[in-house]
Amino acid sequence: MANFSTNEFKAGLKIMLDGEPCNVLENEYVKPGKGQAFNRVKIRKLISGKVLEKTFKSGDSVEGADVMDTDLSYLYTDGEFWHFMNNETFEQIAADEKAVGENVKWLVENDNCTITLWNGSPIAVTPPNFVELEITETDPGLKGDTAGTGGKPATLATGAVVRVPLFVQTGEVIKVDTRNGEYVSRAQK
Amino acid sequence: MSPPIGLILRLTMDHSSFWRPVATIESLRKRAALLAVVRKFFADRGVLEIETPVLSHASVTDVHLRAFSSQFNYPGSNEHKTLYLQTSPEFAMKRLLCAGSGSIYQICKAFRNEESGRFHNPEFTLLEWYRVGYNHFQLIEEIDALLQVTLNSEPLDIITYQQAFIKFCQLDPLTCSISELQTRSSELGFANIAENEQDPDILLQLLCSEVVEKQIGQRRPVALVGFPASQAALARIDDTDPRVSCRFEIYFKGIELANGYHELTEPEEQIQRFNQDNIQRKSLGLPCMTIDEYFVNALQHGMPECAGVALGFDRLCMLALGAEHINQITAFPIRNA
Repeated sequence: MANFSTNEFKAGLKIMLDGEPCNVLENEYVKPGKGQAFNRVKIRKLISGKVLEKTFKSGDSVEGADVMDTDLSYLYTDGEFWHFMNNETFEQIAADEKAVGENVKWLVENDNCTITLWNGSPIAVTPPNFVELEITETDPGLKGDTAGTGGKPATLATGAVVRVPLFVQTGEVIKVDTRNGEYVSRAQK
Repeated sequence: MSPPIGLILRLTMDHSSFWRPVATIESLRKRAALLAVVRKFFADRGVLEIETPVLSHASVTDVHLRAFSSQFNYPGSNEHKTLYLQTSPEFAMKRLLCAGSGSIYQICKAFRNEESGRFHNPEFTLLEWYRVGYNHFQLIEEIDALLQVTLNSEPLDIITYQQAFIKFCQLDPLTCSISELQTRSSELGFANIAENEQDPDILLQLLCSEVVEKQIGQRRPVALVGFPASQAALARIDDTDPRVSCRFEIYFKGIELANGYHELTEPEEQIQRFNQDNIQRKSLGLPCMTIDEYFVNALQHGMPECAGVALGFDRLCMLALGAEHINQITAFPIRNA
């Protein structure tokens, strides 16, 4: 993998830091009138998700990280791995629990997910922004409430729990925003 | 061969608003008013406004500065001569001092071939002035007066470089060893730099800009005085403590605003420092810079005892207007110059 000098650092560049692939978020150039220049760089570690600030001597270079995003369709889980397939090449990739993480609750069969690969292995799985899931359990609530005020918890087919309006019932399919875990609407039939 | 039409279209689309100034016209008005205040300040004090060339046949040896250069055909010659855009007007202004100008100031463009950023544009405006007969403490008093007039700031504090490092880094910069400096830098979160750095000045500059500078001068401006002799630049060495130079910097609200000296007037020592820079340049694989012999000749003729300072006028504007980025007070920053 190529090395990148601090003056090539920009948002989106993937670099290696402490043995972990990272995404550059911001790069600020600081230089005293007399003396060495530095770059104050804001970084997100891609495995732990931690955001931190790191200072580099300007002109120093760091190893790039072989990180790429690929869109794959979710197939199934065997309990240990989550299997995804490239719909064009039919090539399959298995992501482990660590890579799937919290997003396991948004995985719907045949949905297109973004799989982040580091050196060819999945390190993160990002579900589509919106998924449709069936409600498996929720209190019947009040029949007359159509305004959707208040709301109630509902458990979805994947185990995810979201707040839904009172009028939505068990067995219905709803649309959820996976970025904040919020109910959007009933699914269009 | 012309580029594909798609590319041309994309470029023109992306740059369609680049003709517009980045700073608002209102900011430019305030900038002009600030210039007027500064000129009046010096006129009232009888300091002479001067202009010196922006292009020069020689540049600076400073290891951390890169000058822009261009080629010029002198009349009657078909030989190309390299000319440099000044990184500061220091040498030319000192030649005037040597020629008996008395106290002088200048507001001019300076150029440094480096990245741009929140506080940096490769082309920027410096306010530089020299006071004959002053030492650096007398000059700091005058800077304080100027800041109070332009920024309405409270009187500035003075802290020594040594005190500041002991207070904020728990480290004595004048006595610590390189290994102590590396250890402390690592503890403060800079292991990636400290582990491979053998030059104590680089680590001191790191801690100064990343630790000290963030803590001092938040409420009122501060003058950091007594930089280590190894970072004297063009300042004289303190008569009472050879570890320390008569160099200072002014900081306010996290901004490095000015750098000044009780000026070195001794030509031999000045030449020695230039040579030292070039030795360091060579070891770093950087080009050696020709020493400006007009400046050296002027020093040999004799420079009056004086103190001088360079103050970033753009940064003064940023502070006066409360701007977060230098582009907010610059009509056309480098991106759309």
